[in-house]
Amino acid sequence: MRTTNWAKGAVMALAIAMAGVSAHAGTLEDVQSAGVLKCGINTGLAGFAYTDDMGTWTGFDVAYCRAVAAAVLGDPDAIEFVVLTGKTRFPALQAGEIDVLARNTTWTLSRDVDLGLTFVGVNYYDGQGFIGRKALGVMSATELDGASVCIQTGTTTELNLADFFRTNNMEYEPVPIETNAEARAAYEADRCDVYTTDASGLAATKATFDDPDAHIVYPEVISKEPLGPLVRHGDDQWADIARWVLNALIIAEELGVTQGNVERLAGGTDHPEINRMLGSEGSYGEMLGLASDWAVHAIKAEGNYAEIFDRYIGPDTRLGLQRGLNALYKDGGILYAPPFR
Amino acid sequence: MKSAPRPFFRNRDQMIPGRPAPVTQVGVLGWLRTNLFSSWFNTLLTVAALVLLWRIVPPLLGWTVFNADFSGETGEECTAAGACWAWVDQRINQFLYGFYPPRAYWRVNVALLLLIPAVAYVLFDKLPYAKYGRWYSLSYPVIAAILLIGGFGIERVPTDQFGGFMLNLVAGLAGIALSLPIGILLALGRRAKLPVVRYASVIFIEVVRGVPLITLLFVAIIILELFLPPRVSLAQLVRVMVMITAFSSAYMSEVIRGGLQSIPSGQDEAAQAMGLSYWKKMRLVILPQALKISIPGIVNTFIGLFKDTTLVVTIGLFDILGQARLLQTNPDWIGKVDHETFLLAALFFFVICFSMSRYSINLERRLDTTRR
Repeated sequence: MRTTNWAKGAVMALAIAMAGVSAHAGTLEDVQSAGVLKCGINTGLAGFAYTDDMGTWTGFDVAYCRAVAAAVLGDPDAIEFVVLTGKTRFPALQAGEIDVLARNTTWTLSRDVDLGLTFVGVNYYDGQGFIGRKALGVMSATELDGASVCIQTGTTTELNLADFFRTNNMEYEPVPIETNAEARAAYEADRCDVYTTDASGLAATKATFDDPDAHIVYPEVISKEPLGPLVRHGDDQWADIARWVLNALIIAEELGVTQGNVERLAGGTDHPEINRMLGSEGSYGEMLGLASDWAVHAIKAEGNYAEIFDRYIGPDTRLGLQRGLNALYKDGGILYAPPFR
Repeated sequence: MKSAPRPFFRNRDQMIPGRPAPVTQVGVLGWLRTNLFSSWFNTLLTVAALVLLWRIVPPLLGWTVFNADFSGETGEECTAAGACWAWVDQRINQFLYGFYPPRAYWRVNVALLLLIPAVAYVLFDKLPYAKYGRWYSLSYPVIAAILLIGGFGIERVPTDQFGGFMLNLVAGLAGIALSLPIGILLALGRRAKLPVVRYASVIFIEVVRGVPLITLLFVAIIILELFLPPRVSLAQLVRVMVMITAFSSAYMSEVIRGGLQSIPSGQDEAAQAMGLSYWKKMRLVILPQALKISIPGIVNTFIGLFKDTTLVVTIGLFDILGQARLLQTNPDWIGKVDHETFLLAALFFFVICFSMSRYSINLERRLDTTRR
């Protein structure tokens, strides 16, 4: 009898502990009292998350983490990076091992709803594409009937590829390969006609070839891959903070607020929205539970969206990505952040 | 008349002076003949091997050394036809120490230096001060842990900053040091008469051995996480080391059980007749013989375990292989260092594994009391 009670007690305690995990609200307090933001990042993806000579993490996704840390703690370096693979990223977030996940994660219904996660926006609109040799004489992915395709196994790209060829009534021969680097090498060694992965990866791949001009990225993009940062379900205040840091970076580009001029503009300008964002007007920081100059810190960390994009993945980097869909709505893209008011 | 039968031998009255062996049997020529050209088949194999070497070695040397680039700040500057080694200069510390803070590299180096006598006292007898040396070896893990992790007045370094080859060494050596005693206990447990002990050992061995290591690592990383309170996490390194140790202990116990099986039961009975207790019997009679027989299998497991430490890359720790992959994604080096980084990592592993294998051969010779 005593043992059953003991066992019941243990199960109850466990259930309470587990419930505590899922319904735990107050990430902001936790982060502030720890003085450090735990940010989940990729194990290494060109341009998005990689290390420099000193072993410091840097990249497009890392820059977002630094902006959040700056907004919440006033210090872009107050971060503990938790490196996560495709398989460990969601459990780590669900279990509270990290506070925010910025790991080029595609926003899908099942992840948003079923996994109990909250996507706070999109920081990069990606999509699956193809690269092939110009010598092949093909100018469009719809002419690829009978082609052999190098593909990384176990990813959604496999499914997208099958769907694309089936809807266009074409045949193809898949050449399955384990990692991205191997797939690239296989394509370069002529083991397949075309290579398919996300468009950002294709551009990066093309840049590494000895003769980039001999290859062409076909215009078709066969899937939607909106990549964005995410947080746990159940803490709306924290999700709001993560969402508005991203929005602030985008709006900063729209309004011409840069890393260089943000301090000066924070003193007050003629532009009401800049004033509201940077805290010289209204009490928007307070609504979020942050200091009034949170956005100043966030923008000062790595600059606005355009500066971050250009520094890590833009046309002047080795990845050489164009803004494309990721341009502001007024420049022909679909980047559109709700206003500060 | 019949002549007397001629003797079919006669005494030689002088000795034939010794002559040198034919040139085809000694020296370089003789060696070549006996080892490389002793039959038409061996000649064929020799020629084929020479052709193969000629086709492989010069291009390989050309790629790795003669046509290689050794200096430069980014991959762009690697323009030669051969390998690109320019990254080694700026990245070697990360390949060796991972994210360990550079100002504390000396602690890793000191720990490594202290390891040499600690290992030596375990592996070789006839060293001076052997009695104290054993105690030193036993206490080395504590010393190393304090040096690497910190505490007791030394700056703390979180274990998730461990990386590079140091991580492989820490995880591998800890696994090796722990899996042998645990493996011996499991092997004895499996042969024990007490059902509780026997079944516990069998279940542990079969469950752990029946699951791939990578699955165990995922269990350690993902499932364990769900049972811990938020923002509290047992260090990943600890979880990984526990799993690697458990895994190789299971294999080790079966290797040792193989050795135990081969000891004739007469040894056991004789030891009992001498009035030895169970533990004395094992320590003085059975285990010394069983372990000696198991040496090749034990070292085999050690080498496998050491190489298995690279699996930590799948759970987001950056051992030397992880560092190699990380560098491959750096925009400055992308597409230029895919082969070179792996080659360097392979070299590190080869040196360690080859040394282990040589030591095991040496140990076998030293302990060989039967076939001499």
